Formats: sequence, structure tokens, C-alpha cells
Amino acid sequence: MWSYTFRRVLATIPTLLAVITVCYLLLHLTPGGPFDGERKVSAAVLANLQAKYHLDLPLWQQYLYYIKSLLQGDLGASFRYADWSVNDLVGKALPVSAAIGGGAIVISLFIGVALGIVAALRQNSIIDYLVMLLGNIGGAFPSFVLGPVLVMVFAIGLEWLPAGGWDDFSLRYMVLPMALLVFINISTIGRVMRGSMIEVLGSNFIRTARAKGLPMRTIVLRHALKPALMPVVSVIGPLAISSITAAVVTETVFGLPGLGKLIVNGAANRDYTLVLGLVVLVTVITVVLNLLVDLAYALLDPKIRY
Amino acid sequence: MMQSKQKAMTAALDNGLTDAAVEGRSLWRDARLRFFRNKAAVLSLIVLAFITLACVFGPMVLPHTYEDTDWDAMGISPTLVNTHWFGTDALGRDLLVRCLIGGRISLMVGALATIASVALGIVWGATAGFMGGKVDALMMRIVDMMYAVPYLLIAILMVTLLGRDFYLVVLTITVFSWMDMARVVRGQTLAIKSKEYVEAAHAIGVSTPKIIFRHIVPNLLGIVVIYTTVTVPGVILTESVLSFLGLGVQEPMTSWGVLIQDGAGVMDASPWILLFPAGMLSVTLYCANYIGDGLRDALDPKDR
Repeated sequence: MWSYTFRRVLATIPTLLAVITVCYLLLHLTPGGPFDGERKVSAAVLANLQAKYHLDLPLWQQYLYYIKSLLQGDLGASFRYADWSVNDLVGKALPVSAAIGGGAIVISLFIGVALGIVAALRQNSIIDYLVMLLGNIGGAFPSFVLGPVLVMVFAIGLEWLPAGGWDDFSLRYMVLPMALLVFINISTIGRVMRGSMIEVLGSNFIRTARAKGLPMRTIVLRHALKPALMPVVSVIGPLAISSITAAVVTETVFGLPGLGKLIVNGAANRDYTLVLGLVVLVTVITVVLNLLVDLAYALLDPKIRY
Repeated sequence: MMQSKQKAMTAALDNGLTDAAVEGRSLWRDARLRFFRNKAAVLSLIVLAFITLACVFGPMVLPHTYEDTDWDAMGISPTLVNTHWFGTDALGRDLLVRCLIGGRISLMVGALATIASVALGIVWGATAGFMGGKVDALMMRIVDMMYAVPYLLIAILMVTLLGRDFYLVVLTITVFSWMDMARVVRGQTLAIKSKEYVEAAHAIGVSTPKIIFRHIVPNLLGIVVIYTTVTVPGVILTESVLSFLGLGVQEPMTSWGVLIQDGAGVMDASPWILLFPAGMLSVTLYCANYIGDGLRDALDPKDR
């Protein structure tokens, strides 16, 4: 296990390095520098400024400086928001995204697994179809269509909840964004859970458990649940990546001050360093998340040899 | 009893043989028949063809343009009285024409990015599969890396840095859409490479390029067609997300994503501005998915 863990951790380094390098080079492809502005700065001042930020060095040395500061956890300064470093902006935005995204994933795991089990137990019945139809709504409609529709129904039509905005983790403002993410996630989780549950319920050890006369409840919870959950664990990684897309859209739809909103605003303002910093940060998060899921999978599934 | 069973089997076999002799059907003919028996897929094909034709020819015959303001009809709801059947937006631009023009952009990005990513995926996958060894390992490692990357954010970075030109949007989407195809094509190439007929072709001295084009590529076609139909909705969706976030084509040009974003801003007062483009996009995605399912069932009868 340890050597497997070590190898997997090592394997993430090329991915991270490749993404950072490509993004960094892309940034340098664009014309213009940070100090090209309306107001002309005198040549001497410009030289000083460039020396301060190492912009006078050859590209590979600048790159090494950038990697060094990344390793120290510094994502650089923002181009547009004066006096703000990317770290400060991330520090304010990350908790919002984490609360919404993390909360949504946990809730959708519970709901999706429950829906999958119910649908599997009543396979091809009306309940099965209803459950899957409910799950498919999230899968069939793009998030940026479903989001406004949710707002239209629950905020504008029924006036139950605010249409958007953020009020210091107040639950009222978190319900609709989380509902949207949950809707999207449960279609995947529910479908995977249903399929694997049906497969597990058809296997020999379940037949044995039935033959022993165990009640269905015990069979499902004690015997079938664990093996049936394995495929669900394996989709958490891809789900996390698609959740990032969904989160960017969700935060735009509901005007939440999270990472997604930050990156979209950064892109609109052409705040290069902010966007680069966020891309690097989110790439690290997803790669680490994928790594953890893989390790958890290896730990949980005795069939995997490493 | 044994004997009668055997007799029946021989009879059935004979029948099968004569049937085959009477009516030899190619894989593609067979697939076409199976596809047209699938009602959902055929209906989707008709609807999608209708939407495409409307997007291409609609703006030519309708009396409005996508950018001109009708000062007498600003922000009106859908009506049959004048020719603004879908209503107009707050700037008095005809929504029907804008939806159709937006559809042109969305479908065109979808088509171009699909062609590009399918081509890239085939070349990448076939090369990796055929070369094998270290080249294969390296090429597939790159594919794995691409999967681990939060593509939307990098797409945002690319659009931010390189600009919002139409072809750059296509390029950006292509870069993150070819991996599925590469994986599938590689797997299929590996499987075909070890088939007896390829070995036989090698043995009688057929050249490598000829083996690739005469024996391997035709056998890849089925799976390529299937995965192309899976790529199309994904690509259209990505373009719409980028447009929705304000990173796609720029005003007054439009696409479904842009229109949906515009509509989302004013949905409390004029919900139709959201509902028409959202409906068109959803229907298109639905149809593309059903056609894909139909093709999969038609071309790969084993995998049901």
C-alpha cells in the first residue's frame, strides 16, 4: 500500500507541472506587460519595477521564481484589484465555494445512494421510473438552464427564497445554489448506484443471505451496500471535476462571491495573474482530490492489487 | 428425441444459410435498418434537421435582422399580431431571428470543434495503439493528464489570454474534447492489430500504410461514428457554458449561451427571452443524445 501511495503521489507531479507550465507560457504569449498603462512611467522607474518583480530576467528564470513562490504557497498579486494579492481574494472566496460545493456533494451522495437503492429494489416498477426521471432532470438539462428555471419557480414565482446574493453563510441564500448542484450530481450517483445495486443483488452471496432467511433490510444494509458503493466511490473524482464547472455556472447564476465568480470576473477584466493563480489552485485541488479518491478506492476494494 | 432435435437444428441452420445467400446485408445496411426502426432516434433526427435548417435558412427569409432595433416593438412578448413571433428583447431585436442566428453559431462551433477533436482523437489514438510500447505509454499518459485537469478553468484562461475570436473558441473547446475518442480508438486499434486478417496481410507482404487504411481504419469507423455523436452534445454544451459566462462570441453576434444569459437577467419581467433559447438548446442536446443512442444500438448490436 505504501509503495502504491508513493507511486500515485509521484505520478501527480508531472500533471501539475504540465498544467502550470502551459498556463504560464500562455500568459507570456499575450502582448503587453503589467506596467504598460495610460500613464507613461519613466524608463528608470520602469526598470526598477521590472527588477522588483524579476521581469528583467530571461523567461526560464522568471518561471523558476514563479514555481518557487508557488511552492511557498504564494499565488502572486492581482493585476486589477490593487492592494489585493491573489491569496487574499482566494481566502475570501474559497470558504463560500467549499461550503456550497462540499455541502452539495455530501447531500447528493446521501440522496443519490438512497434513490439508487430504492430504484434497484423496485426495478422496472413505477417507483423506479419516477426516481430515475427525477434523477435525470439534473442530467438532461444544462446547469445554466436549470439554475434560472429554479430561480424562476422558487424565487420569483413562489417567493420562498432569495433569487441570489450572499449573506455571510445564511442558509436562506445557500438553499437554491446547493439544490442546483445536488440536482446535477444525483443523476450520476443515482444511476451508478442503481446499476451496481442491481448487479450485487443478483450475486450468489445475496442469494445465500436470503436463503438463510435474513430480512431484506438487513441484506441490503449489511451485505449489499458496501460492495455496491464501490462504483460510486470511483465516480466521485470525475464528479468533483464536473462540479467545478457546475460551481462556476452556479456562482454566476446566483451571484455568489466564490471562486467561480472570481475567475469569471477575472477573465472579464483580463486579470491574468488572478486567473492563472486560480487555475493553478483549482488544478491542485482536483488532482489531490482525484488522488485521494484513488487511494480510498484501493483501500476499500480488496480486489485491487497494487 | 435427440434425433428430432438435431434434425430441427440442421433445418434451422440450412434455412439460415439459404437466407444469408438470398439476402447478403452489409454491416452498414444492417445498421441503417436497425437505426430507422428506432422511433426516438428517427424523430430526434427529424427535429434536429428541422432546427438546423431553420437556423441556416430562417434568418434569410424572416423580415428582421439579428441586430436591428424595432423601435415600435421593444421588449414585447411573443405575439402573432406582427411578425415578432418570439417577441423582442429589451433593445427591440427580434428574438426568433436572434435564436436562429445564435443557433447558427452554436451548431457551427459544435460541428467544427467536433470535426477537429474527432480528427485529433483518431490520429492520436490510432498512432498510440499502432505504435505500442513507450510511445503508447507516453501518449496515453498525456490523455490521463488532460482528464485530471479542470478543463473549464483552463478554457477560461485560454479565452482570457487569446481573445474571444470565433475560431479561438473552437480551438479551446477542441483541446479539451478529443480524449474520449483517442482512448476508444486506441483500444479498438489494439484489438484489431492482433486480428488474424491483419496478421495474414502482414504475412503476404502488404505494406503498413495499406494495412492501416485498408484493414484497420474501416473497422474503426463504427466506433468513431458512435463516439462522434457523443462528442457533439458535449461540445455544444461547452460552447454554451463559455458564452453563458460571457466568454464566447461578442455582441451583437450571439449564440444560445449568450441568449440564455441575457434571458436569465430579465426573467422576472420577460421570461420568454430565457425560455426560447433555453428550450432550443435543450431540445438540440436531447436530440443529439437520442441519435447517439440510436446509432450505438444500430452499429454495436452486441453492446445492449
